[in-house]
This record gives sequence, C-alpha cells and structure tokens, in this order.
Amino acid sequence: MKEIAIVGYQQSDCVSDAGALNEVELIIPVLERVFEQVGISNAQDVDFVCSGSCDYLQGAAFAFVLGVDALGAVPPIKESHVEMDAAWAFYESILKIRMGHADSALIYGFGKSSPGELPIVLSQQLDPYYLAPQWVDTISLAALQARLMLDQGKITERDMAEVVARSRRNALNNPHAQLKGDVTADEVLAEETYLSPLRKADICPVSDGASAAVICTVEKAQEWGLPYAVITGIDHIIESHNPGMRDLTDSVSTRKAAENAGMGEGKVDVAEFYAPFSHQEIILTRALGLGDDTSINPSGGVLAGNLMMASGLSRIGEVFNRIVRGEADRGLAHTTSGPCLQHNLVAILEKGEAA
Amino acid sequence: MSQPDILNQAFELGFTYTRSTGPVVGRFLTELKKRNIVGIKASDGRVVVPPMEYDPDTAEALSDFVAVGQEGEVVSFAWVKHPREAHPMDKPFAWALIKLDGADVPMVHCIAAKQESDVSTGARVKAVWADDTIGFITDIRCFELVKE
Repeated sequence: MKEIAIVGYQQSDCVSDAGALNEVELIIPVLERVFEQVGISNAQDVDFVCSGSCDYLQGAAFAFVLGVDALGAVPPIKESHVEMDAAWAFYESILKIRMGHADSALIYGFGKSSPGELPIVLSQQLDPYYLAPQWVDTISLAALQARLMLDQGKITERDMAEVVARSRRNALNNPHAQLKGDVTADEVLAEETYLSPLRKADICPVSDGASAAVICTVEKAQEWGLPYAVITGIDHIIESHNPGMRDLTDSVSTRKAAENAGMGEGKVDVAEFYAPFSHQEIILTRALGLGDDTSINPSGGVLAGNLMMASGLSRIGEVFNRIVRGEADRGLAHTTSGPCLQHNLVAILEKGEAA
Repeated sequence: MSQPDILNQAFELGFTYTRSTGPVVGRFLTELKKRNIVGIKASDGRVVVPPMEYDPDTAEALSDFVAVGQEGEVVSFAWVKHPREAHPMDKPFAWALIKLDGADVPMVHCIAAKQESDVSTGARVKAVWADDTIGFITDIRCFELVKE
C-alpha cells in the first residue's frame, strides 16, 4: 500500500466578521498560497479535489458549487464534497489515493458563520423529531456536559479556566488566532457565567475563514522535492445521536479511533484537539491517556478561533507544520462534529524520511 | 406612463411535504398528543425515553414500549441567562437532562424556573402540557419544579 504524506497547508486568519467578503473570496487566497507552497499552478495539477462546507451556514443549497466554479473545474476535474469539516474531505482523499484512483489531492474547507446565529443553526443538525424542534443550541448541550463533569467531581471550574488561559497564551504564537492574550485562570474565573456552568471564555468564538491542504503519495512528495509528514493512520467513529445514551464525560469514540489509527505505536509529541469548549479538551486528553510529555493544542486550539468546516483540517495542518519545522517527530490531530463530541476523527502524522 | 406598482409575492421557505414518523417515533408522538409519555426497552432492558428505533450498541430493532411517569429527576442542567429568539421561553430558563420515573436514560427538555438557584441536579420536575397537543415533542411545553 502506498504511503501518503501531507506536503502543504495554509489557512486564513480567524476573524469574527469577514464583512462583505463571501465564502469564495475567503477560500481563493488560501488556495493560491497552498499552490505556491507546493509549486503547482492550479487544481488541474492534482488528481483529486475534495472540499468541506455547510449549506446551513450560507443559507443556500449547493453553496459549495460556487467554490468549485471559482477553483476552475474546466477542463473537468475529479471533485467531491462533504457536508462536514474538511478533515473528512481529507479522509475521503486518503481513501481515493489508497484505492489507487489518485496520487495527489487538494483539500479545502471554508465557513462564514458570522451572518447567522451559529449555535441555533447547529441545533438543526440534531435529531429531527426529539431535539431540533426544541431549538436546543450547541452551547446549552455542552453546558449540560460540563455540569455532569463538575457534579461527578471529574473537573473543577478552575481546571476549565486553566485550559482557557493556556489556549490564550499559546495563541500568542499563532498569527491566525482570533483570541489570544496573557490571561490567568483567576481572571477567567472572575468572569460571570454566561450559560451556566459555562463562561464566555469556555466557549469557542464564532469565526470566518478557510484552510487548505495538499496530500500525495510519498513517492510524489519526493518527486516534488517537498518536506512532508506521513499520515500513518486515520479513523473516525460516531456515537449515538441520543445524548442520553452516551457517557458524556468520556469520549469512547475518540479513544477507539485513536487505537485504530495506531496512536499507541509510538510517542505523541504534539496533539491538536478540536475542543470547542474548555471542558472537552480535558475529556479528550483523558480519553487518550496523554500526559505531560505531549504538547496539547500549542496553536491555542479552536478556543482561539473556530472556522466551522475548516478548523478540523487546521488541526491536521498545525501538526503537519510542527513536524516539518522539526519541533515534533510524531503527532495526533483530532476533529469533532456534532453535539458534545459525538463524532470524532483521529489522524496520526509522523516525520518523513529525508528524500 | 405611470410608475408600475412593485410586484410582490409572499414566499415561505420550507418543505412542502409531510413525513411519516414510523412505528416507534410515531407511537411516541401520538402518545404525547394524548398526554402520555412512553419509552422503549433497549437490548439490555434499559428503558429509553424518548424511544429509539434501534439499539445504539446492538443495532437490534426495538419494539417493547413501556409507559413512564410524567415526573422525574434532573440529571444535569444548563441555565440560559440570555434566551435566544428560537428558544422555547423568552425569559431565563434551564435546558436539562431529565430522567423520568420508570426510565433509565435521561431526555433533553427545558425547565421553567424563576432563577438559577431554584434548579439543582437531583431536583424533581414534572411535565407541563401545551394547551393544544399536536403530536410534537413540544407538546410537553416544559417541565417545572415539583414543590416539596
């Protein structure tokens, strides 16, 4: 089986309101940068293109087609789309290469969440009979999860505030971050609750932006002469759509996906989690049994900027960046979808051998 | 020539079809219309409310309905200080996981309460029915605290 590598990753800044820019205008500059990074001219130079976006954010059916038009689909390209975070477009692209149908792929994700009321928009992803008609929003569901953890003594509010403080500090080194600063846990705890037990700081911001990556076989990466990180494992698992049937204080699906992706076959220098709420970073760290020798969310994670449909791909991109910069030999990237960490993807990336 | 009137046409974005909810979800919603709450037994015997069509662990099709109580216990809650327009209440309220008497699995619904400190994990609540029940989850308008 051909080994697959990441050779390029770019993202836009996470901004709270991209103003008059539409989604196509958010993604095209990022694509141009990733083409330049990899040394290709356009989408014709890869064998497959896959994107992730959500019509509900744009409020229009088949909204992603505008992106494909702007990308340039003539002469015809092999193209696909997931109504999910682009991390799943990454997954689909890996399958495409593994099946021998492509040697290279361009992956991108984009979202402009600012025009709508994101927590309410996301309520419509829930069970259509029992939950969506109640318009129960994502922040409220996460708050129910956080209180279960607090009541059971699994975390304290200070533990949550420390996650926030570390995210803000780590984000100082992330040029794309929306929220950053030298903040202490005490300062976070001094805030009043917003949706009890959550404070505003426990909740990821609403962000507009895009990210893109190029992957290819290791042979192709060496042919192109590019630094790369090898994707040694990837898996994703979804839990029940009924929150009452799940242990919300654990993430069984993340643990299983990480086992299947081969996490345990080596040390994990860096882990980037998609944890939109502070307590969820603690759930994920514990579910995988990661300790002090793993750097958790050195980018600040999505508490520092949450690009719906792109921040999952960004987790993979952040690990890739650290590996090619020589800061890590092996890392784990995690993405989530659905309420309270319902659906989880884990990818393991390793330093490639010198060409 | 006089200025023509601007042409107007009302337009409602929505699905113009109705859906059959099937023997499990449909049974639950029909019972709600009659102001009853039913659950279903999962493969391991746990009573799940609202009922699910398939067991999430074994994928077995479920069909063993069980009537459950209209009162229950708060398993977790989230206090909404700033209700959103789409929310079921226009003043502060709680979303909650509520385990009804006779059920083993909590359900998501809302609780009407005056203030956050009135609600607590373990508190007893009871269902309040809408004036007109139509076979929707919102036939249960909300839950309210049971006075001890």
